[in-house]
Amino acid sequence: MSPISRGFHGRRRTPAGEEGRVPPGQYVTTDFPVLSAGPTPHTPTEKWTFSITQGGGALKSWTWDEMRALPEEDVTTDIHCVTRWSKLDTHWQAVSIDTLLEQVEHQASFVLAFSDGGYTTNIPVQDVTGGQAWLAYGYDGGPLPAEHGGPARLLVPHLYFWKSAKWVRGLELLDHDKPGFWETYGYNMYGDPWKEQRYAGD
Amino acid sequence: MEGTAVRGRLTWQTATVAQIIPETPRTSTIVFDVPEWAGHRAGQHLDVRLTADDGYRAERSYSIASAPGEPVAITVERLEDGEVSPYLTEELRAGDEIELRGPIGGYFVWDPATDNGPLLLAAGGSGVVPLRSILRNRERSGSAVMARLLYSSRSLADVIYRQEFERPGSGLDVIYTLTRSQPEGWRGHAGRVDDALLAEVAWPTGQEPLAFVCGPTSFVEGVAQGLVGLGYPPGRVKTERFGATGGRQ
Amino acid sequence: MNPLDGNVIGGLLHEVFGVEMTDASGTCANCDFTGPVAQTVVYLDAPGTVVRCRNCSSVLMVFARIHERYCVDLRGLAALEAR
Repeated sequence: MSPISRGFHGRRRTPAGEEGRVPPGQYVTTDFPVLSAGPTPHTPTEKWTFSITQGGGALKSWTWDEMRALPEEDVTTDIHCVTRWSKLDTHWQAVSIDTLLEQVEHQASFVLAFSDGGYTTNIPVQDVTGGQAWLAYGYDGGPLPAEHGGPARLLVPHLYFWKSAKWVRGLELLDHDKPGFWETYGYNMYGDPWKEQRYAGD
Repeated sequence: MEGTAVRGRLTWQTATVAQIIPETPRTSTIVFDVPEWAGHRAGQHLDVRLTADDGYRAERSYSIASAPGEPVAITVERLEDGEVSPYLTEELRAGDEIELRGPIGGYFVWDPATDNGPLLLAAGGSGVVPLRSILRNRERSGSAVMARLLYSSRSLADVIYRQEFERPGSGLDVIYTLTRSQPEGWRGHAGRVDDALLAEVAWPTGQEPLAFVCGPTSFVEGVAQGLVGLGYPPGRVKTERFGATGGRQ
Repeated sequence: MNPLDGNVIGGLLHEVFGVEMTDASGTCANCDFTGPVAQTVVYLDAPGTVVRCRNCSSVLMVFARIHERYCVDLRGLAALEAR
């Protein structure tokens, strides 16, 4: 039995009145922690593309300029990291994933997002559509910084933030759920913060 | 290599805080009473684990500041935004219980019996802590190796263990460089360590020196690259990188 | 956030392997670079710990703490020799 550390509380500051916005086991942070599994990629926008792929081939690709020509949305949302921090009212400038997926014909049920540096994460199609997911290139009115996933990252705020792949370069369409990087190591295939689905089996 | 592998399970044990010694405005040394401490080597670290009353846990690593044979102690720098360091430096009191495990480390260690060559120790901020263990070990063991400490600190007030390092007769050369502010009339170095300063303080390679470099990642990489550039074999430049939090995030 | 090095996961490695591993020698399966585990590039922030080759940045090891157990992936290592 571990002794209790007298007077230790850790970082648990949920502002009064915000309790309903914070999923179980989370604390609110005002900064924006940078978590990474590898070196920060630096893909220049001139070389950047985003693709919807299936069976090894690209169904549709956008260059940076083509993507930026798509309708932009201002998104304000709360985000929840599996490492227990939550950040409220984050502001993003983004293109809806609906806008991108609408441009391909498919019957896929799942996507595997893939990023520069090799990161992947899996999400059901119904969770990246219906106005629930974006390709975000702006944060707080400025370009998304590389350390936070710029030039563009996935934003799926209703799931734990490891699903919001940084440095995203595309979505692979699948008919079955395939574990991405952290899911392979035991993290939950779905990741609903409100049900505290952190690990497989939760 | 005998003594390199730490045999047996590394388990969490409950220690009691024996004493807290303020060192500088931002740092304090915490001395522990650890009933089943197996001893340690100079340069090793230990992990500390805190448990809040609702079961929430936080773990951090801290270098051991004391020499083998002395009571186990760590020196903690209080980080503004820290979760654990403010607790350890401001709340913790003598008599409190704390969980720790150690000693840990088989690479960033100095043993006078087996390690040869004049010592070049390079510290960035709180990176000085394991180097102090090495220097205390050098003194306690009666080692005759020459030692030089290059210590980069924000200011003179932030220099830890200054009296100890400057004690006459210690046979230690200390070179400070103060990066953010210097006292009136300061004639020592200012600004970050650069290749020119390294060239000035580094033992010539012909003497087969052994370097230990510890501090923030950017400090360690700059110094290590500089030493390799001066001809130090990479295997003779031991490095330990600390995070912004002084250890594990 | 700058990555750290293998020294900081000494405790984790000891827990997983049962012995001190920071002075163990690791060989990258991607580029064959060999060096002490203490010198690997370590990305510490959970969800898990990712250990990369200092030479080519390839993933050497991944550790994820899932409930009270570790999931360990060592496929990025061609060899690991404890002293």
